[in-house]
Amino acid sequence: MNTKQLKQKTAFIIIGTLSFIVVAILVIILGFIFIRGIGVISWEFLTAMPKDGMTKGGIFPAIVGTACLVLGSMIFAFPIGVLSGIYIHEYLSESWLKKFLRMMTNNLAGVPSIVFGLFGMALFVNYLSFGDSILAGSMTLGLLALPVVIRLTEEALKSVDDGLRLGSYALGATKIQTIQKIVLPIAFPNILTGLILSIGRVSGETAPILFTVAAYFLPRLPQSLSDQVMALPYHLYVLATSGTNMKETRPMAYGTALVLVTMVLIINFSASLLRRRINRKNKMV
Amino acid sequence: MTQAEAKNVNVWYNNFQALKNINLTFEPNTITALIGPSGCGKSTFLRLFNRMNDLIPKFRLEGMVTVNGQNVYSDDVRLDEMRKNVGMVFQKPNPFPKSIFENVAYGLRVNGINNKKILEETVEHSLKQAALWDEVKESLKKSALELSGGQQQRLCIARALAVQPKLILMDEPASALDPISTAKIEELIFELKKTYTILIVTHNLQQAGRISDLTAFLYLGELIEYNHTKKIFLNPDDERTQNYITGRFG
Ligand SMILES: Nc1ncnc2c1ncn2[C@@H]1O[C@H](COP(=O)(O)OP(=O)(O)OP(=O)(O)O)[C@@H](O)[C@H]1O
Ligand SMILES: [Mg+2]
Repeated sequence: MNTKQLKQKTAFIIIGTLSFIVVAILVIILGFIFIRGIGVISWEFLTAMPKDGMTKGGIFPAIVGTACLVLGSMIFAFPIGVLSGIYIHEYLSESWLKKFLRMMTNNLAGVPSIVFGLFGMALFVNYLSFGDSILAGSMTLGLLALPVVIRLTEEALKSVDDGLRLGSYALGATKIQTIQKIVLPIAFPNILTGLILSIGRVSGETAPILFTVAAYFLPRLPQSLSDQVMALPYHLYVLATSGTNMKETRPMAYGTALVLVTMVLIINFSASLLRRRINRKNKMV
Repeated sequence: MTQAEAKNVNVWYNNFQALKNINLTFEPNTITALIGPSGCGKSTFLRLFNRMNDLIPKFRLEGMVTVNGQNVYSDDVRLDEMRKNVGMVFQKPNPFPKSIFENVAYGLRVNGINNKKILEETVEHSLKQAALWDEVKESLKKSALELSGGQQQRLCIARALAVQPKLILMDEPASALDPISTAKIEELIFELKKTYTILIVTHNLQQAGRISDLTAFLYLGELIEYNHTKKIFLNPDDERTQNYITGRFG
């Protein structure tokens, strides 16, 4: 065996081992949560209100709360994010403005989520007087998701072959028509997957909702956008650290973690399923 | 009547001058081949006539370019209107990921024509003109991406014909195709001459010799020689043309 082959082999083994370790860690975490959590999972756990100081009952309001927040944040972030992405990629020429916007989007994506939480509290809760509410929480989470949606939209648009744009222009199509009829239909599956992935991210965030919407204990469903809600990640935090009876709430915490992880996994899985499905069909848009 | 004309045309990309004082006129129902070594400005010249260079940042033009007697660079020209009069076929077939029918109908649809009967008639007519109809008439709903490369290129030609341009620009339309598809495209181009004026860029000198009436030889952004194809190939006036034709550079 010559040195070149040896090098290749060594690199292969190292990389292989590392990826195996990563996968193993993931499996261990999931397995751990599953084993600890599956015991408390029941129809009642999923559909009932918490009771007896959160040691009994279920987590239904937290599930509903997280669903509301995810939906609300996407209604906020998706149109703004996609339109911004289209503007940046299709309309801005290479200039300092474009570079600046790109840089800011990247920076925004790297800001710790607790900072978003504080900002959301200052802007939505206090300054705009939304109070602790679904509205304030959704918008804060939406802000968090915004840079991700913008980036992914840009990426999706970038992957559309320029030859198709030129072909469209050459036939007398305007820029808007080209974007509407050629570019967006082709980019759409990727934009959609990006959106779903950002849902996965948003649904697990605790810090942004901490000061903007999350309730410690609220055993009823929200009636309007100005209500507070419980949410899975925060509920998990409460059960794990500041419950009334830590010993009793511990299994409930694992159950909640299991539900949250399962939700995120289902969402991510459906994203890749969707992408594969559309990629098979994308010979036609 | 002159179909298209370039008058005292100079083009710059940034500070680089890509075309130098070009004067050329194209008569209706002729095929003109643009030949010359890589980077001499053939594509740049071709793209003047439907203003595709406008999309390139730092592009600058001096001089006049007319199609059907209209100055295409004058301020009151609407790009989308103007481009309807000029069809373009690209080097790499670029069918849209849509059905065969919708590919051909696209140029009409973006111009606001959605009448089913008109669309069907135009699609059929254009596909027949592009010698593709017999191969696809049973499968108009199929994705254009399922066609072979040669079929895709003929589809792109049909797509360009559907908007009824007068002038058709082709930038190395057969260079990505196998010999049989190339022969088909050449035959088709020859046929199209009856109805259209065609400018074709090609690196294939035999091809230029086979299909074109006139040939323009460009070298380093300059028009060296423009004449009947026979004359250019058999007895060029300029030594540089002679050298290029005989393969001494390029
Ligand atoms: N977008 C651009 N920006 C800057 N310079 C360019 C651009 N496109 C072309 N050029 C330059 O202009 C000159 C002419 O280019 P053009 O593409 O017209 O050549 P061509 O004759 O079509 O070459 P080829 O046979 O390789 O296609 C080249 O020197 C090229 O480097
Ligand atoms: Mg070229």
